[in-house]
Amino acid sequence: MLTIKNLHASIEGNPILKGINLEVKAGEVHAIMGPNGSGKSTLASVLAGREEYEITEGEVLFKNKDLLDLAPEDRAREGVFLAFQYPVEIPGVSTTNFLRTAVNQVREYRGQEPLDAVKFLSVMKEKMKLVEIDQKLLSRSLNEGFSGGEKKRNEIFQMAMLEPTLSILDETDSGLDIDALRIVSNGVNKLKSAETATIVVTHYQRLLEYIVPDFVHVLYNGRIVKSGTKELALELEEKGYDWIKEEANAASV
Amino acid sequence: MSKDNQILEEFTSKEYEHGWSVNYEADEAPIGLNEDIIKWISAKKEEPQWLLDWRLKAFRHWQEMTEPEWANVTYPKIDLQALRYYSAPKQAKKPKSLDEIDPELLQIYERLGISLNEQKRLQGIAVDAVLDSVSVGTTFKETLSKLGIIFCSFSEAVQEHPELVKKYLGSVVPMTDNYYAALNSAVFSDGSFCYIPSGVRCPMELSTYFRINAANTGQFERTLIVAEDDSYVSYLEGCTAPQRDENQLHAAVVEIYAAKNAEVKYSTVQNWFPGDKEGKGGIYNFVTKRGICAGDNSKISWTQVETGSAVTWKYPSCILKGDNSVGEFYSVAVTNNYQQADTGTKMIHIGKNTKSRIVSKGISAGKSQNSYRGQVQVMKRATNARNFSQCDSLLMGDKCGAHTFPYIDIQNSTAMVEHEATTSKIGEDQLFYCNQRGISTEDAVALIVNGYAKEVLNQLPMEFAVEAQKLLALTLEGSVG
Ligand SMILES: Nc1ncnc2c1ncn2[C@@H]1O[C@H](COP(=O)(O)OP(=O)(O)OP(=O)(O)O)[C@@H](O)[C@H]1O
Ligand SMILES: [Mg+2]
Repeated sequence: MLTIKNLHASIEGNPILKGINLEVKAGEVHAIMGPNGSGKSTLASVLAGREEYEITEGEVLFKNKDLLDLAPEDRAREGVFLAFQYPVEIPGVSTTNFLRTAVNQVREYRGQEPLDAVKFLSVMKEKMKLVEIDQKLLSRSLNEGFSGGEKKRNEIFQMAMLEPTLSILDETDSGLDIDALRIVSNGVNKLKSAETATIVVTHYQRLLEYIVPDFVHVLYNGRIVKSGTKELALELEEKGYDWIKEEANAASV
Repeated sequence: MSKDNQILEEFTSKEYEHGWSVNYEADEAPIGLNEDIIKWISAKKEEPQWLLDWRLKAFRHWQEMTEPEWANVTYPKIDLQALRYYSAPKQAKKPKSLDEIDPELLQIYERLGISLNEQKRLQGIAVDAVLDSVSVGTTFKETLSKLGIIFCSFSEAVQEHPELVKKYLGSVVPMTDNYYAALNSAVFSDGSFCYIPSGVRCPMELSTYFRINAANTGQFERTLIVAEDDSYVSYLEGCTAPQRDENQLHAAVVEIYAAKNAEVKYSTVQNWFPGDKEGKGGIYNFVTKRGICAGDNSKISWTQVETGSAVTWKYPSCILKGDNSVGEFYSVAVTNNYQQADTGTKMIHIGKNTKSRIVSKGISAGKSQNSYRGQVQVMKRATNARNFSQCDSLLMGDKCGAHTFPYIDIQNSTAMVEHEATTSKIGEDQLFYCNQRGISTEDAVALIVNGYAKEVLNQLPMEFAVEAQKLLALTLEGSVG
């Protein structure tokens, strides 16, 4: 579904991603871990099409299309979803109104009829249950004054509404309380299918107990320096990143 | 940052939608301005002597005045002698009813999406349509007259209700008030008149639709709204003009009088031609709007959505004379390309326990300049006066400007005046967030801007609010790549 080949990206002349290679197949869950500042959010942003980043080398194929060639909105319409590490506030625009615009534009792109208000609300009701989100939150201005956890839950609610094929969750676990973590993870799991894939960026093994990854990758200094199975996450939890850094630094000399 | 600029370089503004004009035979005054022209206009309208005298007095006063230059706008001097002060579509005879109106004129309004045909009007909105200098027809007259409500063109009011016109004309905006008001008093051609008798709640929105069609013609309309004790009315005003290379002048006066316990809501969606992308053409909109809350517990509320005009100079104001009276001003002013707007309000607290609320939302894009100018004045006698002002500016790009000029003058120590101001930019973060959900940049801008202006848009009657939202989106279309 997603093939990243030798991806290099920089911002304002500073190289951040320095040769990422990754293959994600339908039905898989990949976890990306790594120290702060290693480039995880950058990778997510580049995949979603954030324009500040300059792609200096490499290619990305998504469902056999050149992803980097698509405008960010078209990537979304093709099925790429990013749950933001820091969701943005839009004053005066309710989540409901925002999503209605989004869902209908995505549907139009996919050649589907727009949902009328009644239909939209019934779909919304159904998806609300999935992440146990409160109706009241959805009629407030998008993310404005939301608690950290509410923002994250709202991200996953949006994911449920947009039915993406590739979901990238950037530290969705941070800010969620213990119960919310379980609820939101369950939601994500229910949305998984043989046709969809998930990339979860996280610092903590705990999330991976709920959303069990098929592969775990460690991103360090703009490169994936180690890949393994879910046991790798446990090992990292125990030992930290120093040994990985040492290995990586030794290898690059 | 450079990205921001680049996005804005890709600025391609949508063409003005109402830029067409129609050829019809017109009854016109000769070009130029002098006492003879004023007499000509007055005679044309078969006005009583007192009104002609009033006009001439205004004209003589105006001749002593100089054009104000304090507003934060620049434009070449207007040659007032090169304008025509009266132009009316020629109709065989004065229409007695809507059925007698020249179908060609009706078509102009149909094309603007305004049907003057009562059967076709979906719901209760009575319309008075003003084309260039005259009113071409008013709908729902009968329904309204059963309640004693007078809603007609200004000229008709002069003929049919001279005592009311004489009593209130110039009572809120004196003919000597300012340069443009004096000019308007001398040459005003038509407009709407609206009278709500005591105890009557007007059951439908009253609306006037102004359209400039003729070239080189100034439009000087005059609107007078009188709400007697315990009455209520909601009044709407819409405006469009054809797209022309030359600038056209529009200098209106609106007066509102609210008696005891009366409430008047006045909403405008102003969409005069703003000029093209290079700043060529467009309407100069120099308008004086003022209301007086003359009676205790009365309320006047101004809501304006300003998207058009090359230059806007407009300060709808409230004189809060009655005790416990309330004045409100809600405004969204959008400027794009080379538009300039200097707009705001004046709240003058005279009575006790008077309250005012100002919510101004400026949106600037392109190379435009957008200024808020507001004055809150609390007089000696106005114990416990309250004012709250919120002035927000939203910038799109770095070639435009937003300015705020609040003036506060308090002569009573019990007054409480609060002023809040913010300036923000449409963030790339916000746009990217919307894009990531599949929303195009254009729609994202519309969404964000409408969200920003929501508090004001919510004040508009439903049907108008939808229009206004579309208009905001249209005005800013292409303003971010
Ligand atoms: N405009 C910029 N100029 C220079 N460096 C930048 C710029 N923007 C981001 N960076 C740097 O890019 C690096 C990667 O950031 P990124 O947000 O991708 O890290 P991350 O792996 O997601 O970290 P975290 O775990 O803390 O979320 C960081 O060192 C960051 O400071
Ligand atoms: Mg990050």
